[in-house]
Order: sequence, then C-alpha cells, then structure tokens
Amino acid sequence: MDRFRMIFQYFQSNSESVMNGICGLLALASVKMYTCFEFSCPCLPQYNTVYGLGIMFIPPVALFLCGLILNRQSLVMLEEWRRPQGRRKKDLAVIRYMCSSILQRAMVAPVVWIIVTLLDGKCLICAFSSSVDPEKFAGFANTSPVQVQQLLAKVPCKDDELMRNNTSRKAVSRYLRCWSQALGWSILLILIIAAFLARWLRPCFNQATLLQARHWSNYIDIEQKIFEETCCEHSRLFAHKCILYFFQSMRREIKLHSFNLTREGEGVEGEEDLLRGITDQDQVNKLLKMWYYEKPPLNVSQATQR
Amino acid sequence: MDKFRMIFQFLQSNQESFMTGICGIMALASAQMYSAFDFNCPCLPHYNLAYGLGILLVPPFILFLLGFVLNNNVSMLAEEWRRPQGHRGKDPAVLRYMFCSMAQRAMIAPAVWISVTLLDGKCITCAFCTSVPVETLGNASHPSLSQGEMKRILARIPCKEIYNGQELIANEVAVRYLRCISQALGWCFVLLMTTLAFLVRSLRPCFTQAAFLKSRYWSHYIDIERKLFDETCAEHARSFAKVCIQQFFEGMSTDLVATHCHLPRKATADAGEAAEKLLGITDRGTMNTALKSWHRCKPPLQLHPPALPSSNGWAGEGQPPTHPPAPRRETAAYYSRV
Repeated sequence: MDRFRMIFQYFQSNSESVMNGICGLLALASVKMYTCFEFSCPCLPQYNTVYGLGIMFIPPVALFLCGLILNRQSLVMLEEWRRPQGRRKKDLAVIRYMCSSILQRAMVAPVVWIIVTLLDGKCLICAFSSSVDPEKFAGFANTSPVQVQQLLAKVPCKDDELMRNNTSRKAVSRYLRCWSQALGWSILLILIIAAFLARWLRPCFNQATLLQARHWSNYIDIEQKIFEETCCEHSRLFAHKCILYFFQSMRREIKLHSFNLTREGEGVEGEEDLLRGITDQDQVNKLLKMWYYEKPPLNVSQATQR
Repeated sequence: MDKFRMIFQFLQSNQESFMTGICGIMALASAQMYSAFDFNCPCLPHYNLAYGLGILLVPPFILFLLGFVLNNNVSMLAEEWRRPQGHRGKDPAVLRYMFCSMAQRAMIAPAVWISVTLLDGKCITCAFCTSVPVETLGNASHPSLSQGEMKRILARIPCKEIYNGQELIANEVAVRYLRCISQALGWCFVLLMTTLAFLVRSLRPCFTQAAFLKSRYWSHYIDIERKLFDETCAEHARSFAKVCIQQFFEGMSTDLVATHCHLPRKATADAGEAAEKLLGITDRGTMNTALKSWHRCKPPLQLHPPALPSSNGWAGEGQPPTHPPAPRRETAAYYSRV
C-alpha cells in the first residue's frame, strides 16, 4: 500500500508527471486488451481482409481519442485557443507547444497496439492470406483459382478439417508472420529514430522560444487550477454566508419575542474579506462572464507596489 | 517498505542514479521481451538470413536509441552544446563526460538482448542453417541435388515439422551443431563485454583522475541547476497566477457599488508574500526577456555577495563580463575515455 502511495505521489508531483503516468497506463491497458481479446478470423474470402485490417486500425483510433479525453491539458488548450483576446494577447507558439505535447502523448497507446498486433502476426495473416502467390507454395500450386482462394482464406484457421495437417498452410502462415514481424520491427525502428532525432535536434532550433512556450503553457495550467480553487473557496463562503443570513433573519424574528442577544456578528467580518465584495448572484455571474471574455493582462506590478 | 522507500529516494536523488534505475529496468524488459516474442523462422532460402540477423541486430539498436530517448540528459547535453557562449565558457570535457556516461548506460539493454539471443540459439540456427557443412555432418554423396534444391531443404532445418531432408543431414545433428556455435559466440560476447567494462572501470583512475572529478562535478552541477531553474520558474508562475487572480477579483469588486469596496486584509498579506516570490518580474515582457537571456547568456559561475547589485547575466546586458569563469578552464590533457 505504501509502495503504491509513493509511486502515486511521485506521479502527482507535477502535471507533466500525471500526464506521463496516464500515457503509460493507457499503453499497458492497450497491451492487456490485445492479449485478452479473442481474435477469431472468419476464414471467408472477402471478410478476412476487412476483419484483419479493422482489428488493426479501429482500436488504435479509439485509444487515441481516449488519450485526448483523459488529458486535462487538451481542454485547457482548446479554451486558450478559442477565448476572445480581451486585454491579454494570445501567443500561438504556446498553443502549438501544448497541441504537440498532447498529440505526442495520445499517440503512444495506438502505436503500442499496432506494433503488438504486427509482432504477433495474427491480423496480417488473416487479412492477407488470400493475397499470397499460390505458386510459391507446393500445396496450392495446382488447384483452380476459385478453390485456391477458398483454401488460402482458410489458412488462418488451424482447426479447420481441410487445413489441420496441411504443411503448405504452415508455410503460408510462417511466411506471412515473418513479413508481419519485419514490418513491426521496422515501424518501431523508424519511430525510435524519429524520437531520438527530435530529442537531439530540438535544442538546435529556437531554444529560447521553446523555454518561453513551455513556461507559459505551465502558467496557463496553474492559473486555471488556482482560479478554480479560488472560485470554490468563494462559493463555499458565499453559501455559508447565505445560510448564516437566513438563520440570522430567523433568529431576529425569534428575538422579537425573547430579547436574547447573540454574539455571532464578530466572527463574520473575517469571512467578508474573503468574499472580496462579491455578494450576490448577479455579481458572481458578471465575474464569471468577465473571466471568460476579458482575461486580465499579464501585468501584476500594481499589486506588488502596495 | 522502508528499504523500498530508501531505494526509491536514492534513485531519485539525481539524474545519474535515476538513469541507472531506468537502465536496470530496461535490461530486465529486454530479457522479458525476448521470451515473450514469438520467434518464427520463415524457413525459406533467402528470408532466413535476413530474418535471423534482423532479430539479432535490430531490437538492440532500438533499445540503444531508446536508452538515449528516455534519458533527460540528452536534451541537456544538446542544449549545453548548442547554447551561445555568453558569460559562461563551455567545457568540452564536461560534454564528453555526459555523452560517455549516457552511452554506457544505453549499451546495457542491447548487450543483454544480444547475449540472450545468442545463448538461446534460435536466431543463429535460423540465419545460418543453409551454410551447414553437409560434407562433414551429413551425407553429401546423396543422389545429386541442385544447389537451389539443397538450399531449400536446408532452409527447413529450424522447422522440424516440415523438414524433409533427413537422409541428407539429420535435423538434430544440424540443430545441435548450430546451437553449439551460437552458445560459444554468446559466451564469448558476454566475456568480451565484462572484460571491457572491467578495463574501463579499473584503468580510469590511472589517467587524469583530477580532470575526471572536475567533469563529473560540473555535469552534476548543470543537471541540478537546470532542475532548480525549472522549479523556480514553476514557483514564480504560481505566485504570478495568485497575484493576477487577486487583482482580477479586486478589480471586479472596485467596479461595483461603493459599499463593497473594502480591501481584504488577508488578501493584502497574501499578495505581499506572493509579490516577494515574484522576484521583481511582474509582466509578460520581462519574463520572456528573462527566459530568452537564460538561454542566450547564462550567468557566469561566480557567486557575488548579496550586498552587490544583481549581476545576473540577464538583468544588465550592457554590463561587461566581470571575471572569466576560472574554475572551468582546463589545460591538462585529458585521456580518459569515459
């Protein structure tokens, strides 16, 4: 339990770690999903390709969308992109930075699925067994084209009566699996080389702009969190005051009949400060609207001179 | 639990220890990946060699690059290499040290993969089954087969269930022969790697240990400085956001009816504390200039007493550099290879 808590705390320490943690969890979930999924090739001429390619490409799209949904930063980025300019200029470099970091993290789980699929081989065998050249394999060389298509379509099904002990089936299966694994390793190699080059070459281009974009994207995230916390605090006090006034007015009515003076009035002052003068629904609504339409400029020099 | 916490904290303490941890995990992952991977020799004449050697060499290359990609020091090294000189000199010995230390760690997982592959034997059996010496191990005087036909038969050696050349050469004989060679290669490789590691470790103190100590110190320094800078920026962003939001709320309340414009006492105290943490940077333009100068012109490695006005590189770009960074100038020849 302790171990889990420590790992959890490490990942919570900043929002980038949280996102990396989610990204890793999705990748693990993707592998687990693949191993649990019972792949069952239909072994019929046209259905094979559709099924095989469908299993290879549709779950990655779903995983990609999951990656975007689970990432809090995508909402923050969308909001920053669509907000009216107001008194704070928009910096496209920051939005681009946030977008690229979100997309990179969301792409990990789909890529893991595709690579695991290719290294396993079942999808490609199912999808392309009918497209193999029958001349290469002794068992299929001398049969009519229609029959060859039917036989080749049954290659992925080991337990079919026609295919059970057919050595040519094993040869075709082996041949396709070899191609599938080669493709998988090649894709992995290309991606790793691309990631390596990106890591090495990035400081060579515009490092200063990158530092700025990273700082301000972090700032926008923190500001949003602090704003939400401040609003929560404010609404709690607002509700508290509302209920206090309600009880006070009830008490006032009772006082008329019983002359009991109470001393709660003094405790209220401290909290009034925290309400910062916003004390009714219209004011709260106006405040929230202003926050969206006209964010304050990034200049706090007046506050620090007090 | 305490032991685990100690190990966790030790590994977190600096980037090098962290990378050692990652490197160990990758070595284990590499062995696990090999056992999970379903090796599937195609048993066709030209495909065998390509497949076998591909499985032997491509994943180690991927693991090597992955070792670099996962290492945060890579971008630190590239940044230190490419940054403009500014007020702080650059020391190639430090860059070399950082690069060598990263490369050493990145080599462990590929070495594990290659050793496991060779000791297991399937790759070499698949790749070189067509080159088995049939004259010595089998029956070369078998009714004449063309070269192509013989290659096709030999290519099926790894696939026992479709092998049909039992009269030419027995399957077990060929497999045993190839596996023996593979394991011999594997053990030689392990021996070579451990000998190299031993030599590197034991001979290093014989050559310029002083220069090595300096490089190691400054490379740790650059790592820590970058982390602290990031933390300071995050802290600054937090204080900036707090004050910005305070101002926003105050601005709203002063817009409203007069009865609501009392300045909250607590908020002023908060604003004062947050304002101190802002370190004098109070608007976007100044922050951008600060970040740009951090990259273009890092401050010299010379701490001044607090009474003097700030002599950070970015505060006054017109000031001439005060002292050259003396501790980092090295004239000793540096022969260490790590």
